[in-house]
Amino acid sequence: MLDDTGPRTLFDKIWDRHKVLERPDGQTLLYVDCHLVHDGSAPAFQRLAERNLAVRVPRRTFATPDHYVPTSSRDITTIDNPEHRFLVEQLAENTAREGVTMFGLGDPRQGIVHIVGPEEGLSQPGILLVCGDSHTSTHGALGALAFGIGSSEVTHVLATQTVWQRKPKSMRITVEGDLAPGVTGKDVILAIIATITAAGATGHVIEYAGSAIRGLSMEGRLTLCNMSIEAGGRAGMVAPDETTFDYLKGRPYAPSGQAWEQAVQRWRRLPTDPGAVFDTEVTLDAAAIEPMVTWGTSPQNAIPISAAIPDPANEPDLDRRQGMEKALAYMGLQPGTQMTDVTVDRVFIGSCTNGRIEDLRAAAAVARGRHVAPGVVAWVVPGSGLIKRQAEAEGLDRILVDAGFEWRQAGCSMCLGTNGDIVAPGQRCASTSNRNFQGRQGPGARTHLMSPAMAAATAVTGRLADFRTLAGAA
Amino acid sequence: MSTQFTGIDAVGLPVPGQNVDTDQIIPARYLSRPRELGLAECLFHDLRFNTDGSEKPDFVLNQLPFRDARVVVGEHNFACGSSRENAVWAFHDYGFRVAIAPSFGDIFRNNCFQNGMLPIILPRETVDDLLAQLQAHPGVHVQVDLPSQTVTFPDGSQHEFEIDAFRKHCLLNGVDEISFTLEQSAQIAAFENRYGRENME
Repeated sequence: MLDDTGPRTLFDKIWDRHKVLERPDGQTLLYVDCHLVHDGSAPAFQRLAERNLAVRVPRRTFATPDHYVPTSSRDITTIDNPEHRFLVEQLAENTAREGVTMFGLGDPRQGIVHIVGPEEGLSQPGILLVCGDSHTSTHGALGALAFGIGSSEVTHVLATQTVWQRKPKSMRITVEGDLAPGVTGKDVILAIIATITAAGATGHVIEYAGSAIRGLSMEGRLTLCNMSIEAGGRAGMVAPDETTFDYLKGRPYAPSGQAWEQAVQRWRRLPTDPGAVFDTEVTLDAAAIEPMVTWGTSPQNAIPISAAIPDPANEPDLDRRQGMEKALAYMGLQPGTQMTDVTVDRVFIGSCTNGRIEDLRAAAAVARGRHVAPGVVAWVVPGSGLIKRQAEAEGLDRILVDAGFEWRQAGCSMCLGTNGDIVAPGQRCASTSNRNFQGRQGPGARTHLMSPAMAAATAVTGRLADFRTLAGAA
Repeated sequence: MSTQFTGIDAVGLPVPGQNVDTDQIIPARYLSRPRELGLAECLFHDLRFNTDGSEKPDFVLNQLPFRDARVVVGEHNFACGSSRENAVWAFHDYGFRVAIAPSFGDIFRNNCFQNGMLPIILPRETVDDLLAQLQAHPGVHVQVDLPSQTVTFPDGSQHEFEIDAFRKHCLLNGVDEISFTLEQSAQIAAFENRYGRENME
């Protein structure tokens, strides 16, 4: 094959490896190694049944309920909304009938699907992974090609274990240098989106590269890749390295013994070859990135916490100016206001973006010995039952509860509120999730995106805060 | 549901603003609603209705000339964000069959093809021109002809658009991808055999 002769990117290598067939117009049928399904998949299973089709490869399909599960209880009968309960029940029925492994509500391995995949060792370098959720880009942190698909495509993958795609363009985002202490994967991705815009990577698969990316923990890389979709990216990925292998080794579905050694040998050949060409190159200076926070209704509206809200009058592009004015009106904010002067009603620490153990440790480190400000309701929602268990073993739950945070059960929760966990109209929420869209956390809710340490600092001060300025902060 | 589409001559709906996300097109609380109930009233719900259920008169879809619109016209990164296919279902249930924009959220664009809805990408200046025409003369028609891959604007100007031959074939003939792919089962099985031998689990 022609594309095997020259230097190839990580993305090229995975793409080529998974081609079942390619049509003359470029539409390519790709083989799916791992298909994750959640409790929004009922319509997809329904269409499968209507056509008398079965799941083609049940052992490559894994399920866990996350969008509609309560975070106050693990008891399915506590779901009052019959539509929600039906969806959670349907996932159990459909997976049992089709012989698909499910981590159900009573299983400690249950959690947000994008937390569970890496945690169980299902997400691996070099694989093609899909899920009916846009944040599937998360799994690219392990060097996989992972992207979100729609409900009809979920049916297609269930029935055929393949998906049609036209090869996206490639983009390399290089972040060179050292991140300042306390600057996290969340701040890096918000800075990237603020730079390239929410449409900047549309039609592209992003590879994140550079010393600052290599220096991120696996948790940080997962956060980074998670929000690739907020830049419009089809997928985001990081080349597998020792950090990846250390994270994966010993996980339940990772290879073991001799198979592990063989797998690592294969994985070492995956990184982009020297001289491989990307359609688009973007470079950021790591040292210039500060802790970031959003002021508007698009993730591209991210600025350093030390900054003031920008004035639309200074924006020359009419479309963008009007967009900014609309966003400020919705958010109830004035240009020129310091971000640190903005007060909040709610704090949400969790989601597939920032619901991992490292995130909870960061929040607890800020919360220790402090207390949630009067009038603020602050939630911590672990990304999975196993993370919740680990956090409890480390005593993080006690620190957070003593500080006045609510410690809840795993699920998507207030990131999008499908289970009823919403922010009241007009209320302002500091959130570690991924989208600050109008109404995202509930009708009329106002969202500010930030890292877990920043959200915890905001909870204890009652206003958007730079955790580094708190007395005694590390 | 038929996924066939050949063309349309219908009112165009201008939806200005970049990065219109699928949370605006259908808020998350309607995602558990069974499709059988229809999603037409969920389309742009929170932009379209007040909390008491009354219409917001300023929203474009509530204005008389646009109520029968079947072609939605948006700006850059239209329908970005969440993968919810319910966004396409809401458009489809209302009666929309075509979306035109300078760029789309990739997943929304793929979802359109699965539901007999045609997403058309045109240059930004061309879309800006179309938006201006739709706003200047509310209720004017946009004509779309898939076989010839052309859009005719209200002013009579014609614009060609690109579409993969495979997607075009599926839309024109109402072929859904699953049926097509199932015909390739032998090739998938051959791939699986080869793949297993290469130990690429």
